[in-house]
Amino acid sequence: MVETLVQNIVFGLLLGALYGLAAVGLSLVFGVTKFLNVAHGELLMLGGYASFWLFNLYHVDPFVSLPLAALALVVVGIVLYSLLFSRTVKMDEEQKVQTTMLIGFGVSLILQNLAQRLWTADDRSITTAYSRMSWTLFDIRFPIVRVASMVVAILLVIALHQFLQRSYFGKAIRATVEDWEEATIIGIDTHRVYLVAFVIGAAFAGVAGALVSVGYSIVPSMGLEWTLVCLVVMTLGGLGSIIGTFVGGLILGVAQALTAFAVGGAYRQVVGLLLFLVVLAVRPQGLFGVKEG
Amino acid sequence: MNRRDIAFVVSALIIAAALAVVPSITVKESVINLLVLVYIYVMMASSWNIIGGIAGQVNLGHAAFFGLGSLVSRILWTKGWPLSVSMILGALVPVAFALIIGAPSFKLRGVYFAIGTLAMAQILFITTRNLFPMISSLPKEALATYSLAPRYYVALGMTLLTVLVVFWLSRSRWGLGMVAVREEANAAESLGVSALQHKLLALCLSAFFAGLAGGVFAYYSAGYYLFFPFFPTWTFDAVMATYIGGTGTVIGPIIGAVFYVLVKEILALRFVELHPFIFGTLFILVVLFLPGGMIQIWSRLRRLFRRAAPAPSEEKAMSESDMVHDRPAVE
Repeated sequence: MVETLVQNIVFGLLLGALYGLAAVGLSLVFGVTKFLNVAHGELLMLGGYASFWLFNLYHVDPFVSLPLAALALVVVGIVLYSLLFSRTVKMDEEQKVQTTMLIGFGVSLILQNLAQRLWTADDRSITTAYSRMSWTLFDIRFPIVRVASMVVAILLVIALHQFLQRSYFGKAIRATVEDWEEATIIGIDTHRVYLVAFVIGAAFAGVAGALVSVGYSIVPSMGLEWTLVCLVVMTLGGLGSIIGTFVGGLILGVAQALTAFAVGGAYRQVVGLLLFLVVLAVRPQGLFGVKEG
Repeated sequence: MNRRDIAFVVSALIIAAALAVVPSITVKESVINLLVLVYIYVMMASSWNIIGGIAGQVNLGHAAFFGLGSLVSRILWTKGWPLSVSMILGALVPVAFALIIGAPSFKLRGVYFAIGTLAMAQILFITTRNLFPMISSLPKEALATYSLAPRYYVALGMTLLTVLVVFWLSRSRWGLGMVAVREEANAAESLGVSALQHKLLALCLSAFFAGLAGGVFAYYSAGYYLFFPFFPTWTFDAVMATYIGGTGTVIGPIIGAVFYVLVKEILALRFVELHPFIFGTLFILVVLFLPGGMIQIWSRLRRLFRRAAPAPSEEKAMSESDMVHDRPAVE
């Protein structure tokens, strides 16, 4: 009994790391640009398929192809930004959030159906030689691929954190978040900052998707669920803190695992949404609003 | 009522009367089925428009109202309750739900309301999928006597009712209050227009007619998965049809819904599932470049013609599309 519980929590943490990774991407985009890109889940799906096809057609190991999946999403991100999202930059904040949300829905519809037509509606996952291997510690199983995925996620989140704190461009991004007008005055190209933030967000979604296709499975219609997961995690973790968002992902993963343990797997999605509503109700300004306070 | 209003009501009645003849002049079931689908979409888009267009609160949980409406109507009706009672209750349960979720969710600003309602609808969707995983089909005796005509008339009648109520609302003090709250909530409040009351009323009316549409669906369908009307697609379809037609106007959602269903069905005949690309693209274009939708093209054309014609009188009553589309155009 206790072992099953602990095993569930471990699985929850491993999945939660991917939630965190994906949500960090969305949170960075929203925090910097105030674009609410609800097609984030579809970007994740594209990353998953990129990795899946590289493995199936060219036998590229999924962990080796991670940079390629990220690169694919960088391209998609640049296209989406310059074609669509850049047109909303001049709007005031509330209108921008709403317009980008609607654009995002259009994009997600298109991408989802594109994926369905190109790659069918089947569930896909990558099965490598080491897929079934796992370490066992005190009778608790640690599947190798999922542990490796968690390590990748943690490394990427730390790298992003360091990039934002230390590097010159990262500081420019943070300055833009603080006050984009003053940032413009002191010579920061806010357009470029927006583009880079958007593209990093897309790349994070791509890597998260690739990791999902290794440890779990992908399907063209997965986008909405993942977008909601990312929104929930972003709210739980609070905006402006990369590490906080990642921890939010871990919390959601464990909460889902505990729900599945207590009332069955069918309700695992519900717990996150409920958590989200509770947080919004207790903090009506939304945890998004932390920065403004 | 001024002359324009009477003209609207009269033409709505004439169109409805013309449509009422359809079952007696055609035996093609496909035509009837298509029209019923059009009616359901018109009801969904028009009802979404009350909260999303007129009151300006983007509700992404509309499927919850539709789903609840169909669930309640279907279960009561198949248990032997009279159809009318089942459908009315099917419309009132979503209203009760709207009242419960309304007050807390309107505390959330704009986009948080959108995501909150989406989350709520997904919770209901997943829960009903778990609780009612089965197909609800009519009993054998009912299937043997299944006839499209009464279903067609119920759908047509409910659609007419929806459209007329939305029209009345858009002309009423309440409707104008909703527009005021949408455009500038603080200014509206300072004039004594309660934002919360107006939004709540808009949400309840929206829920009522979406629930009614759900009742029509429950009555119309021979068999379906009980959770099917809870699919988020119902929300997205209604939102897209409304935006493409012209959000905030009375006619826009109707045109949008008719266009949406017809194009979708025609495309489905020729190509496989091409419509999501077309509507997705169209929707994005409308959001970015034509916030008034198809209606805006019409009013722009008319303005062009007016400018070309000899000077019209200035005091002429503002047309509906003029009234509603004074939002700043997107640059």
